[in-house]
Amino acid sequence: MAADKTTLLAMYRTMVTIRQFETMAGEYFAAGQIPGFIHLSIGQEGSSTGVCSCLRPDDYVATTHRGHGHMIAKGADLKRMVAELFGKATGYCKGKGGSMHIADFSIGILGANGVVAGGLPLICGAGLSIKMRKTDQVAVVFFGDGAANRGPVHEAMNMASIWKLPVLFVVENNQWASTTPQSSACALGDLCQRAAGYNMPGYSVDGNDVLAVRETTLKAVAEARKGEGPSMIENKTYRVRGHFEGDPQKYRDQAEVLTWQEKNDPVKRFEENLGKSQILTKKTSKLIWDEVKTDLDAAIEFAKNSPFPQPEDALQDLFVNA
Amino acid sequence: MSDRIMSASAALAEALHEEMARDETIFILGEDLTAHAGIFGQFKGIPEKFPGRILDTPISEACIAGCGVGSALTGMRPIVDFHFSDFVTCGMDEFCNQAAKIRYMFGGQVKLPMVVWCPDGAGLRAAAQHSQSLEAWFVHTPGLKVVIPSEPADVKGLMKASIRDDDPVMFFQHKRLFSKEGHVPADPEFIIPLGQAAVKRAGKDVSLLTYGSGFYLCMTAAQELAKEGIEAEVVDLRTLKPLDMETVAASVKKTFRAVIVHEACRTGGFGAELAARIQDELFDYLDAPVLRVAAKDVPIPFSPPMEDFVLPKAADVVQAVKAVCYR
Repeated sequence: MAADKTTLLAMYRTMVTIRQFETMAGEYFAAGQIPGFIHLSIGQEGSSTGVCSCLRPDDYVATTHRGHGHMIAKGADLKRMVAELFGKATGYCKGKGGSMHIADFSIGILGANGVVAGGLPLICGAGLSIKMRKTDQVAVVFFGDGAANRGPVHEAMNMASIWKLPVLFVVENNQWASTTPQSSACALGDLCQRAAGYNMPGYSVDGNDVLAVRETTLKAVAEARKGEGPSMIENKTYRVRGHFEGDPQKYRDQAEVLTWQEKNDPVKRFEENLGKSQILTKKTSKLIWDEVKTDLDAAIEFAKNSPFPQPEDALQDLFVNA
Repeated sequence: MSDRIMSASAALAEALHEEMARDETIFILGEDLTAHAGIFGQFKGIPEKFPGRILDTPISEACIAGCGVGSALTGMRPIVDFHFSDFVTCGMDEFCNQAAKIRYMFGGQVKLPMVVWCPDGAGLRAAAQHSQSLEAWFVHTPGLKVVIPSEPADVKGLMKASIRDDDPVMFFQHKRLFSKEGHVPADPEFIIPLGQAAVKRAGKDVSLLTYGSGFYLCMTAAQELAKEGIEAEVVDLRTLKPLDMETVAASVKKTFRAVIVHEACRTGGFGAELAARIQDELFDYLDAPVLRVAAKDVPIPFSPPMEDFVLPKAADVVQAVKAVCYR
């Protein structure tokens, strides 16, 4: 296996945390306790966990509107995340951001982004900064198959390649861009074919196999750290939930969703894999699920008990030098 | 130490040289910067003196702007050259949805020290897509600061302040004013704080509130008006956001009349905002309606007679002043 037992169990715990976090968020949203919109990444835990398992705390990540999983995998604090979803003053953004705009600059998370493909030009800036400061950090941007069709993707991949920036372009092809199937929105079957047009390596990976994601990412990260430039990784996965919670999903056959849920769940697959290798027993698995639930319950309690911001707090944080 | 005479272009270059020597995190990126030291020669000497810190990019405005944002978030102080301000449309998401909002929507976690340098303005027969004055778009976007210098000293002092500011600054400099000369202090710590207007001509009869190229129209108009016994006070706003309303108020309270002058087209321009604030805050001091002198509401046309017709002129300022003075 591509990692030692401690790392593998930590990755499993991360996947369980994302799954439980997203499930919790869906429930609290349905119950009317989370305002606005949320976009869940259930079924995509293999991509977020596999990629972020290869990163250091000082590496950068830019994520998307469907970014809770990336945040958690990069090490974000559950309490402050839940509090932000609830719109509380103790949240990561003091209630100014919400689900689509969480960031933690102390661990290199440059933010979720409400603009599809918004992270790509920005991550080139982070990559350029790394290069100019002469460190061996890497900068990773997650985006979806929908984002892949936006113009800034072209600009960013080209610029990263000509300047050999230490950037990983991770496209999570979950096959649905809101209501539009990937097959009808892009002329390519494999999005990673795009990489050839920018003279960078492109990898197509089973995104629901967390170890395959890790293996590919380790390679791409090592190349980036050595100054060999960017890579594109396409993690093929599936968006099990609607585009947003509450999405009636009339555009797709529920049988398709069920097939993925039952036959290709990244958490279950990893659990079985670790079970076969006798790294994870049923008992340990239950313990991890219980411990994660305890942590998450504590985060929810923290969020519930936290105050809302004062209305006039809306006027703070605009400028450093007001 | 006596002041020196230099062009706006040279003043800009001097500000950049001084600041880049002071702080190695400052760098410049944009299209076609090193071959001719910028398309207006504004970066003279910088490619030689600071190799690796002035970067030629592909023609990829969204990514150029994004590189500014991302590098500013991760420890650098980028100056983004946008070639012609008209092209901001191609970087609009990065400026307005990213740069303007990142600090705020993430709860003040981070600073974003970026200067976007935008050569703007008409009069070069460059037609509709290379002649605009778009500052109002950015004034209307909370989270951005908007600076528009007129004279060379302002260019230098405001550029240095913008570079040292920890927030994103849209810096508009009129293309036709690059060769204008003026006094520029030699003091390397000469800085004009953002949000500080300047009364550049004292007068008691009317306040001319202006910025950028409008400043020169107002100075010409003021000389004409003086011949007819009208003393105009010229207030160069210099920074539209933050706005120095105190200086505006002090002037209007003295003259009781205000004419706002800018090159941007009239409807929805900065003059509308300023006129609204004057009537909100200074209504009791007004002896006449606040008038605006601005470009006509069409794209800038190419042919010289048409371009000249569309742009505001000193004669328009004179006429507006006479109207508010009931002369």
